[in-house]
Amino acid sequence: MSILVNHKTRLVVQGITGGEGTFHTSQMIEYGTNVVAGVTPGKGGTVYKGNEKDPFQKGVPVFNTVAEAVASAKANTSVIFVPAAFAADAILEAAQAGIRVIVCITEGIPASDMARAFEFVKKNDVVLIGPNCPGIITPGECKIGIMPGFIHKKGRIGVVSRSGTLTYEAVWQLTERGLGQSTCIGIGGDPIIGTQFIDAIQLFNEDNDTNGIVMIGEIGGTAEEEAANYIRKNVKKPVVGFIAGRTAPPGRRMGHAGAIIAGGKGTAVEKMAAMRKAGIHVVDSPALIGEMMERVLRRRNGTPSRNAVKKRTSPRKKVGGRNPVKKKAKRK
Amino acid sequence: MKVHEYQGKEILRKFNVPTPRGKVAFSVDEAVSAAQELGGNVWVVKAQIHAGGRGKGGGVKVARNIEEVRTLASQILGMTLITHQTGPEGKVVKRLLIEEGVNIARELYVGITLDRSSSRNVLMASTEGGVEIEKVAEQTPEKILKEFVDRAVGFQGFQARKLAFGLGLTGDAHKNCVKFLSALYKAYVSMDCSLAEINPLVITVEGKVLALDAKINFDDNALFRHPELAELRDLDEEDPLEVEASKSNLNYIKLDGNVGCMVNGAGLAMASMDIIKLAGGEPANFLDVGGGASATTVEAGFKIILSDPHVKAILINIFGGIVRCDRVATGVVQAAEKVHVDVPVVVRLAGTNAELAQEILKKSGMNFLVAGSLKEAAEKVTQAIAA
Repeated sequence: MSILVNHKTRLVVQGITGGEGTFHTSQMIEYGTNVVAGVTPGKGGTVYKGNEKDPFQKGVPVFNTVAEAVASAKANTSVIFVPAAFAADAILEAAQAGIRVIVCITEGIPASDMARAFEFVKKNDVVLIGPNCPGIITPGECKIGIMPGFIHKKGRIGVVSRSGTLTYEAVWQLTERGLGQSTCIGIGGDPIIGTQFIDAIQLFNEDNDTNGIVMIGEIGGTAEEEAANYIRKNVKKPVVGFIAGRTAPPGRRMGHAGAIIAGGKGTAVEKMAAMRKAGIHVVDSPALIGEMMERVLRRRNGTPSRNAVKKRTSPRKKVGGRNPVKKKAKRK
Repeated sequence: MKVHEYQGKEILRKFNVPTPRGKVAFSVDEAVSAAQELGGNVWVVKAQIHAGGRGKGGGVKVARNIEEVRTLASQILGMTLITHQTGPEGKVVKRLLIEEGVNIARELYVGITLDRSSSRNVLMASTEGGVEIEKVAEQTPEKILKEFVDRAVGFQGFQARKLAFGLGLTGDAHKNCVKFLSALYKAYVSMDCSLAEINPLVITVEGKVLALDAKINFDDNALFRHPELAELRDLDEEDPLEVEASKSNLNYIKLDGNVGCMVNGAGLAMASMDIIKLAGGEPANFLDVGGGASATTVEAGFKIILSDPHVKAILINIFGGIVRCDRVATGVVQAAEKVHVDVPVVVRLAGTNAELAQEILKKSGMNFLVAGSLKEAAEKVTQAIAA
């Protein structure tokens, strides 16, 4: 199993005919994602097969609006590749159209636009992932975003992270050790993001097929501390954590808009301390994420991790029933 | 994006946020004529640099006659001002703000920013104006009043009144403060600010409410909506290497260490800096080459890193997802042939075609320290520093 997306996901790509949209749609289709529609205003009614550089394995029907994509192609999830100036509008359009999971890849969206979009999706119980994120993948089932598919492996570790390539690094370390992933979410590096650490960790905690969680944070904000507090109270599954930016100077924005130590708050040392206090297995070096997860699982089970994983599998009947997105989809 | 105090105040005045009258001066003569034009008998001569703590550093002085304006202006212009925000090397003062003096009765604090936990704008007010607000927040958090703004509804009158009462204001000062807060919020939202901090906000003896200082930052992502702000950028306030890097689409931040690094992605770049530290070095920079990592970007990256004389080794860490590592490796070899690299270079390429990439690096005949994993990279960095 997995969280938020799986083989039943029906994806609409907003901005499918743009350069980024085209390339990543070709990659997503190749991975096996069920891309059922694309949206580019003014190009509705056509079937898009990619371009010369990035041809699609199959044609995708294009609509003028997300509402049409929902009505005609039964899309239930969207991914956004539209330029920053129009991205918040795209989020609002998807939410209004009844899409339940929106993944926004676009980088550089004005904070005031995002504040507006954020309030709307929260009020309407829509899951927004991102913006400025690599997306979400359930290995072997569904890849939504820009991450390289081949580094992932189907399995039972949930990964949640604020970064892009650092997430790939962590995933690769897990895969190389034979530790597959249930779902990996890049929540994004902006100050305002839809799905926060707490939201993702809660979903992983409730997912019967996730046995351990990897959480990768960065300097800036207090989201990691809040998540640590939540984990201390609610999570029994082992959590391995890392915070990037121990060497970052205060007052300087380190690439991501959200990665800045402001007013002495949001340092890596503070975050790591809060996480350790919550029982999270924090590694000092990003090279040790996979190793630590393997060690922790082994210690818990007293046997090699892969055998242990099978033993610990919970009864199947609850699977799906506790997935909030599915519930909502049924209600509609 | 940051702007100078005088520029911030000019913007605030457009939104009817009251400030003292003032004029910018680039020379001593301009400072004197600015004071004459403003009139009155007390002026404040204020150094204009982007860093805070200017008063403590000796960059803000009061003049009681025109001659004193001249003396103070010539002292402050050209001085190297060192504050807790400039770093030990300080900043040279190239602009002054000459302002009329005001009769201060009380000094307060007001600030607006985005609260990340609630994803809402928050107005903060405190009676402890004029001092470092970070200290107030840490030591006496109850002295900071907060009002969160619902984006759909906007900042409301009752919220402004609540803050003004909380600050202990009555009569005219209360009314003026309510107006001030609403105007400030309007400016913040209309101009896509990321920070609007008034410290101190002063209540004059006459009951006026004025922004005595103004620290206004703008959301870089929204600058496209405000093309007029582009001319407010002061390149003197930015690191020349960082400006140069941004021309090649590189995100570079200079630091004080001895190991340079070149990485794709901001999170991995920070993590690589951390690795350098754990390996016994100090990162000389943050450098995110973005998704591309072509021969041209790598070359530009090499040049920028090597222009820092303190660099004793370089770590290149690229996780090739969409980018193919063999292409990156070819780029690294080509760039190293063009740019004279005389320090050890640790190269770690992982992901798509990583093995092919290692072959290319090993066969290049150049002295790269090739690493397969991040752990190995860390060990090689330690080796490189020791060598």
